[in-house]
Amino acid sequence: MEPKVLTGEHFINGDIACAEGAIAAGCTFFGAYPITPATEVAERMAERLPDLGGTFIQMEDEIAAITSILGAAWTGAKTMTATSGPGFSLMMETVGLAVVTETPCVVVNVQRGGPSTGLPTMGAQADMMQARWGSHGDYEIIALSPSSPQEMFDLTIEAFNLSETYRVPVFIMSDEVVGHMSEKVVIPQASKIRTVSRPRPSGRKDRFKPYQPGPNGVPPMPAIGDGYNVHVTGLTHDEQGYPVMSVDTQKEMMARLLGKIRNNLHDIIRTQSYLLSDADIVIVSYGVSARTSYTAVDELRSMGIRAGLFRLITVWPFPEDQIRELAKRVKGFVTVEINMGQISREVQRCAGSAVPSYLAGHSGGTVITPDAVIQLIKEVF
Amino acid sequence: MARAKRQTKAKSAPLEEIPKHPLEDLIRVERIPHIWCPGCGIGTVFSACLSAIKQTGIDYGKFSMVSGIGCSGRGAGYVRLDSFHTTHGRAIPFATGIKMADPSVNVIVFSGDGDLFAIGGNHFIHAARRNMDITVICINNFIYGMTGGQVAATTPHMAKSATTPYGNPDSPFNLPMLAIASGATYVARWTMIHSRDLTHAFVEAINHRGFSFIEVLSPCPINYARRNKIKTMDMVRQFQNNTIIKNHAAPSELDIDFQKGVVLGKFIDIDKPTPDEILVKMRDQRKNP
Repeated sequence: MEPKVLTGEHFINGDIACAEGAIAAGCTFFGAYPITPATEVAERMAERLPDLGGTFIQMEDEIAAITSILGAAWTGAKTMTATSGPGFSLMMETVGLAVVTETPCVVVNVQRGGPSTGLPTMGAQADMMQARWGSHGDYEIIALSPSSPQEMFDLTIEAFNLSETYRVPVFIMSDEVVGHMSEKVVIPQASKIRTVSRPRPSGRKDRFKPYQPGPNGVPPMPAIGDGYNVHVTGLTHDEQGYPVMSVDTQKEMMARLLGKIRNNLHDIIRTQSYLLSDADIVIVSYGVSARTSYTAVDELRSMGIRAGLFRLITVWPFPEDQIRELAKRVKGFVTVEINMGQISREVQRCAGSAVPSYLAGHSGGTVITPDAVIQLIKEVF
Repeated sequence: MARAKRQTKAKSAPLEEIPKHPLEDLIRVERIPHIWCPGCGIGTVFSACLSAIKQTGIDYGKFSMVSGIGCSGRGAGYVRLDSFHTTHGRAIPFATGIKMADPSVNVIVFSGDGDLFAIGGNHFIHAARRNMDITVICINNFIYGMTGGQVAATTPHMAKSATTPYGNPDSPFNLPMLAIASGATYVARWTMIHSRDLTHAFVEAINHRGFSFIEVLSPCPINYARRNKIKTMDMVRQFQNNTIIKNHAAPSELDIDFQKGVVLGKFIDIDKPTPDEILVKMRDQRKNP
């Protein structure tokens, strides 16, 4: 029987690293539905969880998979599901339920080419806006984008920590290339891994208000059987958790739900800069596309073009302020992503009209080569 | 004089002496009045369910109620338990998550026919197939009540609804047959007037290890009966006069036809291992091969 944390060096693919990250983070419940190219996450969890006292269940569809992890989360468990585009679409309504009921959970999307069945075995990054806006109504969400199997491990732990801290569903927006790529993954000792658990209530049970916020805007969350007798609903609710169909209650609830993310951007947003300090041209990228972007920056530098990379580790919430700051001093932006223009629109929005912003995109099925990025930059700047 | 008498009476009956509702400890009284219409049967079924919870003698902390969307789906909002009002059709997978993550919880799904058998139909058959150890209570009022009386998967053939103004061309589900064919291990049907049998069935279903399903026929006076020119009391009389109690009846006899007589009773009650039990065994076997 393998231990909970597989400390050591491993040669594994991104999907498996993601599963190991979840286990290291304390995930004990996985609701699954098979889909290429995310299936390996589920297979690994199915193999590993029973020995760790956890539960793996393959549900009848992706709607059931995500709904089961919400139910399980209310027993106190850390829970996860993994899917790809078509399943991600099916999960969207329940993402809204997780947001409004403040149910922590992690949803992995190993992206493939779309729309519809698209390119099941080939990568893309075209669900990025769906991650932000896919469920109906206003909400804020957290999405992380790993660039390597190592990051599939590391960022899955981060995703759980953020989810538990803010009581929000957190997305891992991976892609087929990173999911199926095998590389060295270093797993630290269990004691060196920082894990966070949701705040739990204390005090008088009869006076408990399940949606009364704690210091960072996040209410403590009891588990079923703790004796708090909570009522949890997808309807607009007051601090007691009871449905109230009123403009004021909606306003108050929405302000807090959005505020949990908007007021904690400094804690949530993670980015990485490469040769940015003197850069004229900023490449903005994330996930697998950030990998090719590093090479593009190096080659452009060798040609005397001062390029730098601004890598998004959290794609959502979007680092608006950082892009605005960069826009004050650079000649332009190029967003590298495997879609026909999604995050590039965010960059353009924040950069404003004074600074040009371009897309080095691709309709999906393969990575964007450094040459394609270099060629575009040479053409437009 | 009469007035003076009344005043004295009011004075002599302090608040503490007003008898409490016997189910008050299980109801979120601060949420009353409920949303159910006068003449609706859901309240009767709801109190039978709460009575059953009480009768089992199981610690309330070991219960959870999950509902979907619709009139019956509001049940979870009135029970003083850890209770969940989820999305339309998804009460069963939510309940499955609770049960598999913490098998010590008795999970009751309290919802309606539209929620459980149209949008949620797939989840129902699979939870039954797995013999998931949850209790599913379906209040069948033959219609989508909350949205104003549209045709449901349980609306009788040729009945009128807001979306079948000239009659329902489709045939309704035979819900007990569907449950039995899918693998449910406890299946019963009663109506909202059979409140003792109903309570007894709920107690049995809660105590049953495995997937238990109870269909409860109930009138929707506003959105079904009125549109079909049926007086609610006549519908309720049919529940009394045009029903036959026949335990272990063949599933094919269980279609709903009040002309021929609707069969009520307990149709199946068998033992089969449940997924949570099997998981525990698997874990143990892997530990001590």
